[in-house]
Amino acid sequence: MTTASTMTEETQPNSRAVGLKMSGALKESGERAALLEKIDSVRQIEKAKLKINDLSFYYGKFKALHNVTMQIPDKQVTAFIGPSGCGKSTLLRIFNRMYDLYPGQTTSGDIMLDDQNILGNNVDVNLLRAKVGMVFQKPTPFPMSIYDNVAFGIRLYESLSKADLDERVEWALQRAALWGEVKDKLNQSGAALSGGQQQRLCIARGIAVKPEVLLLDEPTSALDPISTTKVEELVHELKSDFTIAIVTHNMQQAARVSDFTAFMYLGKLVEYDQTDVIFTNPGRKETEDYITGRFG
Amino acid sequence: MSKYQIRKLVNYFNLIASLLVTALGLFMLAWILSVLFSKGFQYINWSVFTQMTPPPGSNGGLLNAIFGTLVITFFAVLIGTPIGIMAGTYLSEFGGNSRFSSTVRFINDVLLSAPSIVVGVFVYTLIVKPQGHFSGWAGAIAFAILVIPVVVRTTEDMLKLVPVQLREAAAALGAPRYTVTLTIVYKAALSGMITGVLLATARIMGETAPLLFTALNNQFWSSNMNQPMANMPVVIYQYALSPYDDWQNLAWAAALLITLSVLIMNIMARYTLKGSSSR
Repeated sequence: MTTASTMTEETQPNSRAVGLKMSGALKESGERAALLEKIDSVRQIEKAKLKINDLSFYYGKFKALHNVTMQIPDKQVTAFIGPSGCGKSTLLRIFNRMYDLYPGQTTSGDIMLDDQNILGNNVDVNLLRAKVGMVFQKPTPFPMSIYDNVAFGIRLYESLSKADLDERVEWALQRAALWGEVKDKLNQSGAALSGGQQQRLCIARGIAVKPEVLLLDEPTSALDPISTTKVEELVHELKSDFTIAIVTHNMQQAARVSDFTAFMYLGKLVEYDQTDVIFTNPGRKETEDYITGRFG
Repeated sequence: MSKYQIRKLVNYFNLIASLLVTALGLFMLAWILSVLFSKGFQYINWSVFTQMTPPPGSNGGLLNAIFGTLVITFFAVLIGTPIGIMAGTYLSEFGGNSRFSSTVRFINDVLLSAPSIVVGVFVYTLIVKPQGHFSGWAGAIAFAILVIPVVVRTTEDMLKLVPVQLREAAAALGAPRYTVTLTIVYKAALSGMITGVLLATARIMGETAPLLFTALNNQFWSSNMNQPMANMPVVIYQYALSPYDDWQNLAWAAALLITLSVLIMNIMARYTLKGSSSR
């Protein structure tokens, strides 16, 4: 089974059980079996962190997302791929209600973060964003020292003693694999770092507030290959603590870092499955065409 | 002639024309500065900074005028800067392109190029006439009205230069709107905003017309903002037109001093902006 390799420990027995049942009951049609296997694999999302239900998004009157329904698993990496303008970044920016900053952008449907509908009117957007962190395409260090960059988000919601704050900043920089490079220059401007370091600084800043979900919007598209590798390793590391959703243009990257992959096209979620399935045995023609480079 | 040759010729012609025009502008500036230096420099001495403006025929200095200009300018900037920064912040961060903010922006542009004498007459009607006397406060308020549009404009422009990604990054950490503006956007645009204030200061320091209707002048030492106050531009205006040689000489000295301070203000503004972009 293609699914086995990416299973977490607790989901494996379940998948094996379903797999056994399938092999017993559905020998007649290989195609049907494959299809069911995929449905089955999507069901493997045992514990969903985000449940997206019939989500549509509008830029003014233009409908940019069409009725997306999917679940994003807890403490896993979910990648969003698709050609430019397919709505993957738009979808990501709904998870922390970034679109709220701009008038005329509206949604319908709902997204449950654990048990709370984050698209509800009574949601405190700032508290939501403290729970759902985001790292952007271009590194965006704040015009302040490296230390203050990381401490910025912490200071918004927690009153820590100097020692505790120091410790948290170090923890975040350690987690972002940047500590060794910056520990002697924490008071220097964040803008003085290289592009790859800046991006890891932004990741450190994002995880310093201990969010539950981390959204990465093409985090490596402005970085060189070495920095890219570092960020990818980081994503792999971080999923033990955070639920990660990553938008990427780079399909190899999606294949490397993610457990689940969603392929989007023209504002629709075309296919969503375990990464192995999407890249080895996609169920839809469009997905196959895209991952084999026939369009996009 | 081929199309390429024509294009080259047009390019050549335009290059020469713009060089000539630039040279003309710089020549005028150099001329003014050289005349000011040659005529004014010799009259700048210690007593200019230590003595009051004299009656004709006796020795004196510009102390009360220098003090008055500094005080009036200081209070004008103190009043105008917060209003200008707040309005500029509104236009850039909160107003967007609403009908209200476009109107404010348009009116601000009108105010930016309003003749300063109109502002002087306005403050005269508003403050001097009801009070029944000229005053330093009236001068400061007239200047503040000149400062506001400059600061509004530069603040808005400088805040708009701050990349939207920076605001989004701060908002993505759960920072409320005012925190984003106060701690991130202002910090990123700080040097530009300071530049705006310096430029506004430079703009008002040499203004004469508003003061003629507001602070007027005072021959004696006056630190009372409720009374008419001596100031450099009006001293220059009165002394330069006077028939007395010693008054005219003081006017040259005052003109040189005020020009130098405006120049220094502008250089400081440039330096502030440059220093930030290389950071």
